[in-house]
Amino acid sequence: MSTAEIIARCEELYEDTTFAASRAWKEAAPGRKVVGFMPVYIPEEIIHAAGMLPLGILGGGDGLEVIHGDAFYQSYICRIPRSTIELGLTGRLDFVDGMLFPSICDVIRNLSGMWKLMKPNVYAKYFDVPQNYRDDIGGEYYQREMQELRHDMEKLSGNKITDEALSNSIAIYNQHRQLVRDVYAMRSDEPWKVPSSEVYLLMRAGQVLPVEEHIVMLTDYMAAAQEEDRPIRDNCRIITCGAFCEQPPLNLIKSIEMAGCYVVDDDYMLVNRWLMEEVPTEGDPIKNLADAFLHHSADSSAKYCDTQEKVGQYLLDSVRKNKAEGVIFAAPSFCDPALLERPLLAAKMSENDVPHISFKYAENSGQMQPIREQAGTFADSLKLWS
Amino acid sequence: MNTATKPEAIKDASMLKQKEMIAGNYDALTGAPETGKKIVSTFVPGNLNELISSFGLLNNLPEINAINNGMRKQSGGMIMDAERGGHSEDVCTYVKADIGMMSKGNIAPNGKVMPNPDLLLLSYTGCFTFMKWFELLRKEYNCDTVMLQVPYTGDGVITDNMRDFVVKQLKEEVIPALEKTSGVKFDIDRLRENMARSAKAEDDLVWVLESAKNVRSPIDAYFGGVYYIGPIFTAFRGTQDAIEYYQLLRGEIEQRLKDGLGPITPEGDMGEEKYRLVVEGPPNWTSFREFWKMFYDEGAVVVASTYTKVGGVYDEGFRHDPTNPLESLADYCLGCYTNRNMPSRVDLIEKYMNEYQADGLLINSIKSCNSFSAGQLMMMNEIEKRTGKPGAFVETDLVDPRYFSAANVKNRLESYFQMVDQKRRSSRKTA
Ligand code: SF4
Ligand code: SF4
Repeated sequence: MSTAEIIARCEELYEDTTFAASRAWKEAAPGRKVVGFMPVYIPEEIIHAAGMLPLGILGGGDGLEVIHGDAFYQSYICRIPRSTIELGLTGRLDFVDGMLFPSICDVIRNLSGMWKLMKPNVYAKYFDVPQNYRDDIGGEYYQREMQELRHDMEKLSGNKITDEALSNSIAIYNQHRQLVRDVYAMRSDEPWKVPSSEVYLLMRAGQVLPVEEHIVMLTDYMAAAQEEDRPIRDNCRIITCGAFCEQPPLNLIKSIEMAGCYVVDDDYMLVNRWLMEEVPTEGDPIKNLADAFLHHSADSSAKYCDTQEKVGQYLLDSVRKNKAEGVIFAAPSFCDPALLERPLLAAKMSENDVPHISFKYAENSGQMQPIREQAGTFADSLKLWS
Repeated sequence: MNTATKPEAIKDASMLKQKEMIAGNYDALTGAPETGKKIVSTFVPGNLNELISSFGLLNNLPEINAINNGMRKQSGGMIMDAERGGHSEDVCTYVKADIGMMSKGNIAPNGKVMPNPDLLLLSYTGCFTFMKWFELLRKEYNCDTVMLQVPYTGDGVITDNMRDFVVKQLKEEVIPALEKTSGVKFDIDRLRENMARSAKAEDDLVWVLESAKNVRSPIDAYFGGVYYIGPIFTAFRGTQDAIEYYQLLRGEIEQRLKDGLGPITPEGDMGEEKYRLVVEGPPNWTSFREFWKMFYDEGAVVVASTYTKVGGVYDEGFRHDPTNPLESLADYCLGCYTNRNMPSRVDLIEKYMNEYQADGLLINSIKSCNSFSAGQLMMMNEIEKRTGKPGAFVETDLVDPRYFSAANVKNRLESYFQMVDQKRRSSRKTA
C-alpha cells in the first residue's frame, strides 16, 4: 500500500465525525463496548484489557457545525468542550458506553460533571493523575486510582481484568508506542519523506482504530514512506508546541509546512507517546503503569514541574535531539495550561538562544493567510541567521 | 434609598476590627526583614493557615494582593505590564496582576515593600491555574517550594484514597518544608489549638451567612459576604482575632435582626428588600462599589452566594476538627467549592435557592476564570429547570477593568429584575 492510500484512509477517518470505524468495531461482535476519552492521557491498557475500545475524542474540528454547543459556553472558553458537547448532543457519541475526562485543566474537569448532568445514564468519570512524583506518595495514590478505574471498567464491560490480560495489553501498547516513536524519529531524520500533515493524520487514526489495527497501519506507512522518493526542500526545522488538547485545523498544520518549515517534533495526541519507555510486562501491571507515569512520562503544560531547573527542559531537549532551529508556540485561544506556561517556555528558549514565535488558533480557524505569513517570515529569518 | 447622598463609609465595630487585623498583618509581612519572621506565600482555596501559623510563619496570599490592587484601581496597569511581558490576554487576571505587581516593586497596601517569600506553598485546590501561577512565582522568587496536590472530587465524594493522599503529602512534604523554613519542630498540639479556634469562628460565620434565610435579610451574602469571609479565608483562620471578629459580627447582625434592618451598604442601611437572589461566581473587584450599587439601588439583596464558599464550605457542617487535625485539613481542602464537581455545585445552588427563598439565580461569569466559568450556562439552565425561578447571566472580570462594562451590566440587571417581577405576577395568578 502506498503512503497516499494509507493517508487517504486516515483522512477519511479524520473527517468522519460520526466515528463510523469505531461503530463498526463495536457492531462486529455482540457485547462489545467503547470508552471515549479526552486529552491528554489515560492508561488505555485498562480499557483494552477489559476487551473494550478506547476512543480518543479530540473535539469536532473544523468540519463540525457547532449549533447547540455554543449555548453551553461563553465566548471566552476554548472550542473543544463546545464541539464535544455538540458531538454528544447530536447523537454522534450515542454508541459510546463510557467517557473519561482526564486531569488536564478546569474546562475538561468541569466538562466531566456536565457530561454527568447531560447523560445521567452513561458512565462518566474524571480521571485524576498525580502531580507528586514520589512512589510512596503520588505513586500509591495513582495505583489506587487505576485500581478504581479497573474495577469500573470490569463493571462496564462485564469482563474481569486479570493481571495477565493487563500485562498483555501493556505489551501491545508497548509495541504501539515504539512504532509511534519510530514514525517521529523517521520524520526527524528525513522530514521530506514524512510530512507533518501525514504524521498528524496517521496519529489521529490511532484515536479511533483498535490498537492492533493501528500497529499494522504504522508499520505499513513506514515501509511505504521509506520506499517513496520525495524531493528535499530547503525548509527549516521547527518544533510546534502547545497543541496537546484542542487540535488545530489540518490546514494550519499544512500551512506551517507550506511556509517552509519541517516540523520535527510536536505535541499533538500525546496519549500515543505519553509513556516514553517500554513498560515492564512482568510483575504487577498497575504498579508498572504507575512507575512509568511517575518516572518516564512526557512533560506537558498539564503537568506540574517539580523543580525550577526542569521547567521547559523537555522542549529544550527536544530542540537539541531533533536539531530544531526554532519553536512555534501554537496554542488554542483561551487554553489556560498552554498559555500560562508559554512565558516560561519562551524564557527557556530565549535563555538558550532558540528563536521562537507564537500564535493562537481555534479548531475551526478558517483564515490561514496570517499564519502562513508569520510562519514564513519566521522560516526566512531562521534560514537567514543559521 | 437616596442615591444622591454622597457615599460615606459607615463602619461597625467588626469592620474596624477587620481593618485593624488586615493592617496588622500587612505590617507584620512588610516588617518581616526587621523582625526576622519568615513568610509563606500560598493561595486562598485550601489554605493551611492553622498549620502555617503553628510554625510561627506569616501567610501572604497573592490573590488577596490582586484583589486589593483591583479595589484600589491599580490592577489594570499591572495586568497590562504583565501582558507586555509576554503573558496572554486570555489567562487569569489574578496571575497577571500579581506578576505586574512584582514589576512595580511589590508594594503592599501599606505603602511598604513586600519582602520575597521564604517558602512558596502551593496547596492547589479547585483550579489548575494555581499550579502554573506557582511555577511562574517560583521563577521570580527562586525560593524553597512545596506542593500539595488536592485531588478533584470528580464523583462528588471524598474518597479514602484522596484523603490519604493529602494527609501523606502533609506529613511527608508540607510539614518538613514548614519545619525547614521556620526552624521550628512540628507541634501537633499547637495545630489542634489553632483548629479549635477555627471551628469556633466558623460556627459564627455560618450563623451570620444563614441569617440571610430571614425574609428581610439582615445581610448581603455576596457584596457584604466578601467582607465577612475575609478573616476566615485569609491569614486569620485559627487566631483569637478571628474568633473575636466573628463574635462582634454576629452580635451586630443579631441586633440588625432585632431592629428589623436589612443589609448595610456603603451608603448606609438598605431600603426595602424587593428581590432575593443567589449569586454564583466571584465579584468584579475593579468596580466593586458600582456593581453593588446596581443591586441595592433596585432593592436586590443577595441571600446566598457560592463565592463565599471558595475558601471553604462551612454551611454544610464541615468544621476544622482538632481531634483529627491532618485528616480534617485534608477534608477542608477537598471540600472547597470549586473542588466540587458540577452536579454538586448545582445541588448546592438549588439548595440555596430553596432554603433562602430566592427569587432567582444570577451568575457573574468571570472572563478569565475557567474554574468557575466553564459550565455556568448549563448550571443556570439546570437551576431554572429545577426551581422554576429565572436565571440571569452577566459577564465581567476579576481585576481587569477593561472587562467591566457598567452600562451593559446595568441593562442586564434591570431587565432581569423586570423578569423576576413578571414571573412573580404570573405565579401569583396561577396560585
Ligand atoms: S484547549 Fe486548553 S483550556 Fe481548552 S480544554 Fe483543552 S487544555 Fe483545557
Ligand atoms: S482561574 Fe479562577 S480560581 Fe483559578 S486562580 Fe484564577 S481566579 Fe482563582
